Amino acid sequence: MKSITKQKPIEEIQNLLQGMDKVFVIGCGTCTTLTKTGGVEQVEAMKESLQEMGKRVTGGTVIPTACDDMTEETMKENEQYIRNADCVLSMSCALGVHQLTLYLDKPVIPAVDTLFIGVEESPGYFHEVCSQCGQCILGETAGICPITACHKGLVNGPCGGTNNGKCEVDKEKDCAWTLIYNRLKEQGRLDLMRRYQPPRNNHVTLKPGIIRIG
Amino acid sequence: MISSFEEAIKSDKFIITTEVAPPKGTNLEKMLHHIDILKDKVDAINVTDHQSSVMRFPSLGGCLAIKEKGGEPIMQMTCRDRNRMALEADLLFAYSRGIRNVLCLTGDAVPVGDHKEAKGVFDLDSLQLLMAIRQLTSGKDLGDNELDGTVEFCMGAIVTPEAQPLEPQLIKFEKKVEAGAQFFQTQAIYDLENFASFMKYARKFNTKILAGIVLLSSARMAKYMTENVPGIFVPQDMIDELSDTPKEERLAKGIEIAGRTIATLKKEALCDGVHIMAIGREEVVPDILKAAGL
Repeated sequence: MKSITKQKPIEEIQNLLQGMDKVFVIGCGTCTTLTKTGGVEQVEAMKESLQEMGKRVTGGTVIPTACDDMTEETMKENEQYIRNADCVLSMSCALGVHQLTLYLDKPVIPAVDTLFIGVEESPGYFHEVCSQCGQCILGETAGICPITACHKGLVNGPCGGTNNGKCEVDKEKDCAWTLIYNRLKEQGRLDLMRRYQPPRNNHVTLKPGIIRIG
Repeated sequence: MISSFEEAIKSDKFIITTEVAPPKGTNLEKMLHHIDILKDKVDAINVTDHQSSVMRFPSLGGCLAIKEKGGEPIMQMTCRDRNRMALEADLLFAYSRGIRNVLCLTGDAVPVGDHKEAKGVFDLDSLQLLMAIRQLTSGKDLGDNELDGTVEFCMGAIVTPEAQPLEPQLIKFEKKVEAGAQFFQTQAIYDLENFASFMKYARKFNTKILAGIVLLSSARMAKYMTENVPGIFVPQDMIDELSDTPKEERLAKGIEIAGRTIATLKKEALCDGVHIMAIGREEVVPDILKAAGL
């Protein structure tokens, strides 16, 4: 499971950094390294871009996993460079940005957009398969999540926009319900598709989700 | 009291419905004109609900205009733009103003329309909307609270007889019948052999099927629909028939094809009626009916 990100347009980053001339750059050794949006190379490239923008880069580092509690240590190790900066530009996903703000009194500016939580199905191919809705339907849909894989999140079968196994919003995208149908048919479980699925509960956990174990 | 449309679908008559599209803006002139020329020629008129996800004057408003003119509206209701509370409220309002027929649709996806960044709601789907109306009819809302005054609608839905693959569509069709859909308006059909085989299957169910007739106004449109619109298949000989016709006569040819198709459907009693969609050329619907001998 990986947090999938995309770098923001450089103009947007420049806008977000308005009035902040000294910048410390942080990448993440886990998800954004994998997606090549915040690993060592991208952090180096970002430093250059910032310099071209006329910014002063006070330093940069790649944290092993920006969203865990080791981040505090890394912040301490880099304290003197961060102290000299007006802000931290984070090339981690939003979870990392959140974590960094817990330990820093400087503004933390995201350099990437967090798109979805995905799996890497083949090298470099990331796929969103779960929307973390809190009421898993996979047992009735042959392991394919229609909340996620169907553009409209339909739970009672395909809409009229399905076309030869593809979706009306994008001919490159598979129709989730054709995939589900094919797999249920193979398994001899098409009766599951005939079941009425009632409206979903949109508040299984009230936002923000908080769970305390033990 | 049941609606005149519900009476019609409970009878043996060959049912004719058509549709009007509300304007983008507040100039209702064209829509009102279409209502005027159509209301006495058909059993009911659908009013589209932001068709193809293009924002327009609402279906509810168009239905009220039809009521004011003494016509019989079918309110198209999609689940794309309203959550369950808003859908329920609009149903209560529609009922209070004499609207008695609802066509329940999931709705096109937002990105195919003209507000590409809008949030697609889909809190319910077409099937859940049918079930929601049943729940309202029983005197309770979807929160299981008692209603002070309830509703009674003639409920319809859609089906795509040419969908590929077909079986998932048919499973959903059966779920809609089970949920109480009293009539179906189909996606456009052109190949009557394919449609007859769908009808052989659909006849087993206690519901009325109105074949979708979309007016073809050019060979280009026919080709485009076959290639791009999900579930539409125009046979090549029909495309050739249009392209062999001089440009200025193509609309007349399209009217002839639609009329011919309707006449055959009726003569061979292939289905229970037709739903005519002239897509921007509603003024020629009377000509289509004439060409069909109706």
